[in-house]
Formats: sequence, structure tokens, C-alpha cells
Amino acid sequence: MAAPTEIEPAAGPAAGPGERGGPPGARRGLLRYALAKLGGALLSVGMVVVATFFLFRLIPGDPAVAYTRDVPLTPDQLDLLRRQMGLDRPLPEQFLDFVLRALRGDLGTSYEYRRPVAELIGERLGPTLLLVGTGLVVAVTLGLWQGTRAAWNHGGRLDRFSTGISLTLWSVPTFWLGLLLLMVFAAGVGPVPGIFPTRGMEDVDAPDGPLYLLHVAHHLVLPCVTLVAVVYAQYLVVMRSSLLDEIGQDYVTTARAKGLRDAEVRRRHAVPNALLPTVTLVFLHIGLVVQGAVTTETVYSWPGLGLLFYEAIKGPDFAVMQGTFMVLCVAVIVMNTLADVLYHVLDPRVGSA
Amino acid sequence: MSEATARRRGALARFWRDYRAQRAGLYGAAILAAAVLAALVTPLVTDPAGLDVTRATGEKMAPPSPEFPLGTDESGRSILLTILWGSRVSLLIGFLSALLSMVIGTVVGITAGHFRGWPSAVLMRITDWFLVLPSLVLALVLAAILGGGTSTIVLAIGVTSWASTARLIRAQTLAVEARPYVERSRVLGGGHWHVMTRHVLPNVAPLVLANTTLTVASAIVTESTLAFLGADSGQASWGSMLRGSYDWGAVTSGAWWYVLPPGLCIVAVVLAFTLCGRALEAVLNPRLRGVS
Repeated sequence: MAAPTEIEPAAGPAAGPGERGGPPGARRGLLRYALAKLGGALLSVGMVVVATFFLFRLIPGDPAVAYTRDVPLTPDQLDLLRRQMGLDRPLPEQFLDFVLRALRGDLGTSYEYRRPVAELIGERLGPTLLLVGTGLVVAVTLGLWQGTRAAWNHGGRLDRFSTGISLTLWSVPTFWLGLLLLMVFAAGVGPVPGIFPTRGMEDVDAPDGPLYLLHVAHHLVLPCVTLVAVVYAQYLVVMRSSLLDEIGQDYVTTARAKGLRDAEVRRRHAVPNALLPTVTLVFLHIGLVVQGAVTTETVYSWPGLGLLFYEAIKGPDFAVMQGTFMVLCVAVIVMNTLADVLYHVLDPRVGSA
Repeated sequence: MSEATARRRGALARFWRDYRAQRAGLYGAAILAAAVLAALVTPLVTDPAGLDVTRATGEKMAPPSPEFPLGTDESGRSILLTILWGSRVSLLIGFLSALLSMVIGTVVGITAGHFRGWPSAVLMRITDWFLVLPSLVLALVLAAILGGGTSTIVLAIGVTSWASTARLIRAQTLAVEARPYVERSRVLGGGHWHVMTRHVLPNVAPLVLANTTLTVASAIVTESTLAFLGADSGQASWGSMLRGSYDWGAVTSGAWWYVLPPGLCIVAVVLAFTLCGRALEAVLNPRLRGVS
């Protein structure tokens, strides 16, 4: 986790010197840039696969026993399983098999659920996308808006207040914030009853039709608020510092000299330019959102990937752990690469958009 | 030699004068001093027998009373006592894993900044990889695979949190190595080791210090999150207390004395470390720029 003070273009979306030519050269530059980024992403995914393979070979004891855990098996069955898992073959062969299976989308079988891991992950993807998607939209909107206001009146009361809030929120562990919200708004304080459900995405007696959406939305409120509180402070800080950079620029002074009103300088000139690096950084730090989702889903028993991962850790169900780990990592890498390339497409200074 | 000592003493005095001007940093340092003191004094003034489930004397889940100022937990242990002993685990893991993270980050950062060409490219590739991955998820997997224990948790946090330090140190190393006196040293025959340890390291050390303070803060948060998600060291820490409060329904039954104190302790200590780190950065950074 990075401190809010050190948010900087870490994976540097900086334009190289060769990409500043006219439109045709710039387009070729963009293509080369995108290909390079794609190559980097493929390398990263490859590193994830290699790391996963060797990490999960570090498990002490017999993997066949570790993966099946409490399921009682006869020695013959264990032998068969070892052969199925390929444990009797040499390591390079095992590795090749592992990679080929992963490419086909075969992530192994969970003995806890007695089902393929890929199927389990597919089921849990929807709720996670709902939670993370809603949370991101709210957090980005709120963070950018507050960050803009803080930077535009920097040094003022609002600015100091926002900085204080984001510092505090950064010090609060996600899960504890979730517990507090759960205690106050779901369980209720003293005579005040709870107004939100304590767990899950739907109850057994969930209504049908349009009411179902409301039912789920009602369950979504607390997890979403928790997730937003954790990540929005980061966006606020990034937007603030990136707008502060723009305020010092000559073109802002020019805009003011032209006689534009303050709000217009902000809306038409400074904010659009500050938005670009901010939105990129939001996606570059998507890993934080994934971490937030794991803890939030655990606290509220939200039936998503994060909860699946947590249950696998608790088991421990190594097959599910391994599959979820790879899926989460690859998702983060894909988002990062998209952000990198998108920045290059959108930045007018690169001249290809 | 004595001249150098005098100069260092002068720099230290100047540092302290600048740091004192940072009000928030002073508050942070005061909170930290109190927390560390409490953690050190606890074994001298309290009896760890109260942490044993079988020898707990209190009622189960009792609200605060004169005998138990912060109430009791699900097996009748004093929450205050557990918090005091838990502070030792939380702080120790926070310090140790930040130390590990700092060592890895500094070594990788200086090496990647000093050697150009492919070693640097490979190291930065690995650093970026660690920077992008969700570190908590990786730490959880590491802790689950290696099994419980303090050293496992320290390893899991340290190995997954060094990447931003390495990037910072590498950038600073590049800046330091561009200075003429480093070139002079190289011309006079200074080898890689000499340049890295005698010229680069002392110059990046202040930055490392400020960064480590911030790393301790995030390490304590990570430790508590890991403990809450089931990867604890086997000893009571603030995070594992919150795990207990969640498991035993303290949250839904309104047993606030079990949920609030451990969390507030985490927030206070983490905030204190963050304030100190920011104050250190504010004091040290202009000087770093002033030298170059």
C-alpha cells in the first residue's frame, strides 16, 4: 500500500522523445508504445503464473493431502490423486501442464466444493463487479469533486479539512470501518434499530422483478460506503495535487488575463488537464480497490471473489486460493495496461487523438 | 574525523530544530513514545496469566466496570490487558516488517540505480510487478502457504511492500550519482561497492528514514488486516482481537467495548507514524534538494 503522500506516476506514463512528431509518426509511436505495453503485460502475467506455480509447491507436506484436507481418502485414492495432479512426473513437465491448463481456463478442482475452480470463480464474478463498479463510480466522482474544490481553495478551511479526512481514512483499516458501520447501521445503537442488512447480497425471501433490484441495492449500501471511504481519499489527494500543478501553469494565467470568470477557468481549462493524469492513476492503483474488495466482502459476507478468496485462505482450500489469486492478479495487470495505453491515446500532447 | 563528528552533531541539532517546528510531527512522536513505552512496560506491571482462556476471571462479554476498565471478551479476559499485550505484537510486527521492506527496497533501489543496462532493467521489471500486484492478496497467500508464526507474517508483509521504496531510492540514487564528486571518486578508482556504500547510501539515508516511518504505518494496518482475514501470528494482536470480536458477534450484539478500543489503538498509532513520516519528509526533503 502506498501512502497518500507519495502518489506519483509510478509506472510512468511519460511520453518518450520519439513520440512527439507529427500525426503519422505519432500514430506509429502509439502503436509501438501499445505493443511494448502489451508485451510488458504478457511478461507480468507470465511472472504471475510462474510465481503461482512455485509458491504453491512450497506448501509443507504432501500436496495431495493438503489439497483434499478433511476429505477422508484411502491410500489408493491418494495415489490416484497424486497421479492426476501429476505429482509423480518431473517438475518441468508439471509446470508445462499447469501452464497449458491455465491457458485453457482449467484452474483445477476444489475438494471443498467438489467443483471446478473456474466455475466457482465465474459464479462469484458478478457480485464483485457490481460492488467494485458501483464503488469506483461513487469514489471517483466524490474524490475528483472534493479534490478539485480542495485544490482550488488550497490552504483554506475546506482544503485542510479534506487533507485531514483523507489522512485519517488512510489510517483506518478497511475492515474496522466496516465493523463500525455494521455496528451502527446494521445492528443498531441502543433503541435505534439497524436500517441495513448485516450480511449477504440477498435474503432467502428476496422479492422478484424490479423490487429485487431495490432489495440488492439495499444490501449494497454498507459494503459500497466502506469501499468508497477507503479509496476515495486517494483520488482526492491525487486530484488535488494534479490540479495544483496545473494552477501554476501559464495557460491558466492567460485564461484569467482574458477575463474569464474563476469558475470558467477552472471548468474549461484547469480541470480537464488535471483530469487526465488523475484518471490514469486511479486505474494504475486498481490493486488497492481489489484489496478493499477482499476485506469489504469478508466483513459483509458479500458473495463475491473476495469472499471466495477469504474462505479459501481460511480452509485452507489451496486449489481455490491458487485460482482466485491468479484471476485477481491478472485482472489488475489488465486494468493497469489499459490505463497506460488509454493515457497515451487521450493525451493531446502526444498528438494521436 | 573530529571535524566530521562536529559537523554531524551540528546537522543533528539543525534537524531537531526543524522538526520541532512541525506541530503535527511532534504530536505523532508523542503518541508513538507513549505507545512504545506502554508496550515495553506491560510485562513489568501486568501478569500474562490473564490472557489464558482457562484462567480468565471475568464474566463473559461484560461491559466496562471498575475491575475491567474496558470490559471483557468472549472468554472473560480483560480487554485492557489484551490490548496492552497485543500492542507488543502489533508494534513488533510493524517495525520488523518495515525494516525488512526497507532493507529490500534500499538494496534493490541502489543496485538498480547504480548499475545501468540489463541488471537495472530486470530489477525494475520485478519492482513494477510487485508494485502493480495487490500486495495484501499476495501477503495472504504467502502467510497461508508458509503457516502461522510471527516470522511468517513479518516475511509476508516485508516481501510484498518494498516496491515503492525501491522506486523512490532508485530515483534518488540516479540523482546522487550524477553529482561531480561521485564522478571524481570514480575517476580516483572508487569501485562499485565504495561508491554505493560511501556516497550513495549516506545521501539516500534520510529519505529511507522518512519512507520507513510511513512503511511502519502501512505495515501495522496490513498486519491487522491479515489477522482479521485469518492469517495471524498465533499471539493476540489488535487485529486478531477484532477478528475475535467479529467471530463472537460483538458487532451485532452491541458490545462496543470489544470493537472500539483495538481499532482506535490501530488508528492512533498508524496516524502517529504517518504524521511523523510526513514531518520527517518536510524537514529532510528541502535539504536534499538544497545539496544538489
